[in-house]
Amino acid sequence: MNITLAHYLVLGAILFATSVIGIFLNRKNVIVLLMCIELMLLSVNMNFVAFSHYLGDMAGQVFVFFILTVAAAEAAIGLAILVVLFRKVDTINAEDLDHLKG
Amino acid sequence: MQLTLTLPVLCAIPLAPLLGSAIAGLLGTKLGGNRIGHGACQFVTILGVMIAFVLSCNVLVQVMDGFYFNGAVYRWMQLGELNLDIGFLIDPLTATMMCVVTFVSLMVHIYTIGYMKGEEGYNRFFSYISLFTFAMLMLVMSNNLLQLFFGWEAVGVVSYLLIGFYFERQSAVFANMKAFLVNRVGDFGFILGIGLLLASTGSMNYDAIFAQNTALAVQVLPGTSWSLLTVACICLFIGAMGKSAQFPLHVWLPDSMEGPTPISALIHAATMVTAGIFMVARMSPLFELSDTALSFIVIIGSITALFMGFLGIVQNDIKRVVAYSTLSQLGYMTVALGVSAYPVAIFHLMTHAFFKALLFLAAGSVILGMHHEQDMRKMGGLWKYMPITCLMMLLGNLALIGTPFFSGFYSKDSIIEAVAASHIAGSGFAYFAVMASVFVTALYSFRLYFYVFHGKARWGHNSHAHDHHHDHAEQGDDHAHHGLAPGQKPHESPLVVTLPLILLAIPSVIIGFYTIEPMLFGQFFGDSIFVDISKHPAMVELAEEFHGPIAMAVHAFTSPVLLLVALGVLTAAIGYLWMPKLPAKFAETFAPIKKLLDNKYYLDDLNQAVFAKGLLWIGGVLWHRGDQKVIDGFLVNGSAHLVGRFAGVIRHLQSGYLYHYAFAMIAGLAVLLAWVLYAYLPFVR
Amino acid sequence: MTFDTSFLYPVFFYAFAGLLVISAVRVVTARNPIHAALFLVLAFFCASGLWMLLKAEFLSLALILVYVGAVMVLFLFVVMMLDLDIEHLRRDFKKFLPIAFLMGVVIVLELSIVLIRSFIGTTAPVQPMLEEVGNSNTHALGMLIFVDYVYAFEVAGVILLVAIIAAVALTLRNRKDAKSQDISYQVNVVAADRMRMVKMDSDMAAKQDARGEKK
Repeated sequence: MNITLAHYLVLGAILFATSVIGIFLNRKNVIVLLMCIELMLLSVNMNFVAFSHYLGDMAGQVFVFFILTVAAAEAAIGLAILVVLFRKVDTINAEDLDHLKG
Repeated sequence: MQLTLTLPVLCAIPLAPLLGSAIAGLLGTKLGGNRIGHGACQFVTILGVMIAFVLSCNVLVQVMDGFYFNGAVYRWMQLGELNLDIGFLIDPLTATMMCVVTFVSLMVHIYTIGYMKGEEGYNRFFSYISLFTFAMLMLVMSNNLLQLFFGWEAVGVVSYLLIGFYFERQSAVFANMKAFLVNRVGDFGFILGIGLLLASTGSMNYDAIFAQNTALAVQVLPGTSWSLLTVACICLFIGAMGKSAQFPLHVWLPDSMEGPTPISALIHAATMVTAGIFMVARMSPLFELSDTALSFIVIIGSITALFMGFLGIVQNDIKRVVAYSTLSQLGYMTVALGVSAYPVAIFHLMTHAFFKALLFLAAGSVILGMHHEQDMRKMGGLWKYMPITCLMMLLGNLALIGTPFFSGFYSKDSIIEAVAASHIAGSGFAYFAVMASVFVTALYSFRLYFYVFHGKARWGHNSHAHDHHHDHAEQGDDHAHHGLAPGQKPHESPLVVTLPLILLAIPSVIIGFYTIEPMLFGQFFGDSIFVDISKHPAMVELAEEFHGPIAMAVHAFTSPVLLLVALGVLTAAIGYLWMPKLPAKFAETFAPIKKLLDNKYYLDDLNQAVFAKGLLWIGGVLWHRGDQKVIDGFLVNGSAHLVGRFAGVIRHLQSGYLYHYAFAMIAGLAVLLAWVLYAYLPFVR
Repeated sequence: MTFDTSFLYPVFFYAFAGLLVISAVRVVTARNPIHAALFLVLAFFCASGLWMLLKAEFLSLALILVYVGAVMVLFLFVVMMLDLDIEHLRRDFKKFLPIAFLMGVVIVLELSIVLIRSFIGTTAPVQPMLEEVGNSNTHALGMLIFVDYVYAFEVAGVILLVAIIAAVALTLRNRKDAKSQDISYQVNVVAADRMRMVKMDSDMAAKQDARGEKK
């Protein structure tokens, strides 16, 4: 069967949904939360590359380049915050981080 | 001395007493720091009233020559097309009232110098009675309903202040509240009447309203089938019922005797209570066109005249007897108004003012002489000690009961004849009432006279049961020196007290004789009083039968009225002069009636139980259920609780957990997508 | 010898895609965070393979170098550095699984409906740019980055710089025994902190002289 654009896009959708489920399920582990965010970015990248290929426009890949950059920066800072938080509260349980409770 | 009656001069008439009152009140009392003494206060106030009196006499003389004034003095307020002014209407009716008011007020002022001597609040008293004079003058001189109402309320307020003059006495405070509240009930009707007239005529000025009287007579109260004019007149009369103490709004007058005697004379005999009579006479163009209203007036008046007289027979306080006498005579005046004999009513108002003021002041003189003893049972045989007072009291009583040639005779008999000549509904009962009341009047008047001045002296008893009586006296009274001390004898009052008595006795005796012809049958009242002769022929028939004052007096000897008078005097003499044990036995035989009379027909109890308690109950319900439960509990606190509960539910949206927020976002996204994609669903393979 | 290798494309696609999905799911459901991190690495490798299929060689290799080599290594560092209690981490997992699964399925279905309907019949067109540069993906990418989007490229560099500074600043701990000057504290000093006035007798000097003379 021919692999069309739709296949790649559905794959991206599945990855996205998986990462959302992951955010919701992982109450106990903030690190896995961050990993799920990386997964989300991966799914978006997949979309971009697929579109770039099937529409014949390189701009999609340029965009992926930048997304990669920003994702790396964000991961670094996120983990730095996590480390500082862990030093303070000695836990990475998301259920303990409810200081913004209304 | 003819003075050109310009506007400033007319303004001086009410303003002179006001100025006197202001000076005495502001500077002579604790309010202003007690700057001036008794002498200055009495001088200032008496000067003010004297000026008013002299000018009023001048006005009367000029009015009889044809002077007439109806105009605005000051535009107080303008509401759209309605002009509310302070204005004067000087016509014969007004002039008569002005003279009566200022003369009696002047007498009372002079009398007070002696009566209130040494009492606390001397300056305050003078201020109040001058203030009252101002208010009453504003009332009678007004040319519009609003100013009338102002004067009406003002005399009510000053009456309240004066009845409660001894404000440390609880009974005085009860009495002044009662007077004010009962008056207020009447004023409610009065305001309704004024409102109706304003709404239907668009003006508050007398001349504008009177010009439309026939137009008003055919109008109906919107939404009902009642005649507008009848309703308005009855409402106005309810106001008069309150002020002039007609049944059932009479309950405040006997209690108003808590005030010092001079004010009983001034306010509750001669002037304030006659304001209602004056108002009805002034509104005669309106009342004449409503037979229903006139019948109502007649019935109320006759009930008052008769039944209040009965109450006068059983009183033991000297002032209460005179108070009930006033009530009864007010009933007479009201009846005269009802049978359309307005000039007769005003005539009786005038003569009554003189002899009733005389009676009250004489009673005050007795009280003074007996060292503030007011119980008649503790008096007797006083003619030896207080001859002038005794004579004055006798003259006053003779005038009151209608002895021929005295002024009271002319006015009372005119009323009786007018009632006889009238045919409106209720005049039959009125005739019976006024005739019976003649007997009753004579009875209680001379009961008073014989009981107090003749017979055995009952005041020496203090000396018998010396200590025992003293304890009694100490327990019951509030005055420090109440009643005669043992060995003390009653004394005649000083000249400053007896002079007003003499000055009042003169018109009580002679004024009727001289003024009946011009007032009733001459052109004295002219246009100021309107009588519809075709429907209410009382005045005309009276005029036909009148042949001069002497003839009238002589004719009286053959009429049944004088017989009733003589019977009354005789009965009083039997009961209180010759056979003193008889009244007590009578009372025992007719004990239930005596009980009824003693309790004033239980009207006070009725008012207390029904109205007072009822209002308190309503207030309580409104407080507990309305204010506390509904407004505080349900609306105020309830809304706060509602907000709290609502917030308590919403609060859970903000849990602080990241995954909750993320989930909410995703769920929202899913819903949004579903909504957008709804259109695509049928096309999915 | 020429094979008809066009059947390989879907095979590779489904293989890589299936592995990607499985490893993504395992990232989410792994008990041990280190396992999760390693599964994420696997996911990236699969994605890289997929991108290679899409003729985006530069990006697929960049994915491995940057994402796996730097970011995932960083993740692993942090995971191993934090002393985590693994047992506590897994309670309540089963409770929320149904609703989360449902939500995921709903989202996937909705997205699929649109995507499939829109793009089902597309085929890969000719790539004009690639033709120009002789089928070199890197060259084509470079042409765009350094010519058309050079500003964005520079900004991306600055973002990375900021990330470095931020990461360092956040986690910096000062040595407790290091001495340094706190300038603001020095400037805010008042005389009373440094000087103390003491009242003393004025002839102390005389006393001292006398003592000296005694000797």
